[in-house]
Amino acid sequence: MDLVNYLYLASILFALGATTVLLRRNAIVVFMGVELMLNATNLALVTFARLHGDITGQVLAFFVMVVAAAEVVVGLAIIVTIFRARRSASVDDVNLLKS
Amino acid sequence: MSGGEEVLFWTLAPLMVIAAAGLLVVRRAVHAAVCVVFVMIGLAVLYVAQEAPFLGIVQVVVYTGAVMMLFLFVLMLVGVDAADSLTETIRGQRWIGLLLGAGLAAVLLGVVAQATFPPSVGLAQANAVTNPVALARVLMQDYVVAMEVVGILLVTAALAGLVLTHRRRLGKKPTQRALAEAKVALLPTGRQLTPLPAPGVYAQNNAMDTPALDPEGRPLEHSVPRVLRIRGQQRSATELLTAEETLVQRIQLDRPAPAENGEDR
Repeated sequence: MDLVNYLYLASILFALGATTVLLRRNAIVVFMGVELMLNATNLALVTFARLHGDITGQVLAFFVMVVAAAEVVVGLAIIVTIFRARRSASVDDVNLLKS
Repeated sequence: MSGGEEVLFWTLAPLMVIAAAGLLVVRRAVHAAVCVVFVMIGLAVLYVAQEAPFLGIVQVVVYTGAVMMLFLFVLMLVGVDAADSLTETIRGQRWIGLLLGAGLAAVLLGVVAQATFPPSVGLAQANAVTNPVALARVLMQDYVVAMEVVGILLVTAALAGLVLTHRRRLGKKPTQRALAEAKVALLPTGRQLTPLPAPGVYAQNNAMDTPALDPEGRPLEHSVPRVLRIRGQQRSATELLTAEETLVQRIQLDRPAPAENGEDR
């Protein structure tokens, strides 16, 4: 076994996160799917850092974490605002522009 | 990759995949959050195994400690019971989504399988000055501007969170004097100035649904919380009192005569 297995794991986690975003309707769970995708990317970055003996990959993973934290703050604030206005956290209910 | 790491990986990886798949299946959002927390802690362990101890710690502190707790806070705010609706807005969305997800997995796994990777170098040389120091050197030398920009991003995000969740007060904030005057003005309508009496305490009973007794022994209806009264869940005081009376009589019947008691001692 070599490091490629880590990349396989990262791919599977990323695909599962993407499927969550496509399938679930609760906005918060959809958000968790996005987080899962970011985490899978981090795992790939850390593995690449080890593969190439270059620590820059870990620095990039660090940046991803910081940006993810900022993204969570804004995203959850938006969800809370929508919930206040519409009393629902479902992504299907936010279809005012549709008709 | 050493033997120990191999065991660690093959123990953790299937569990993590199961937890991540749980995100797709579970109904309640809180269960999904627990699944994600498990995946994140597993990732932290894998980071430490992959010669990235600093990132492993940051993963636990930032992701499981801060981000997921923020998720849970918002879940509590929005309502824990909010389960997913099962009606499909787009026809066949479930199958299309599953198909796309499977396709993405196939593409990613195929790319990883097709690619040729150089032999693993390992981070022993780069981590010679300890992992956090090595990270800090790269961060402060090559990525200073990026780090500053990320700092600005964090401040902006904090501000955005404040602005988005800010609620403007519609009326003027009532002062203590105004509240007191409003209470006094309601006196003629039967409103009390003092706090309401607490529910009754009896020899056998001390619960919210039993009314207290006034000095003349009559039950005070408004000592029971209004919600219980509306639901009709309050108990009557006379019922309780008669129950206690009969109990007292029974105890007196059961008690042996005082003389025998004296002989025993």
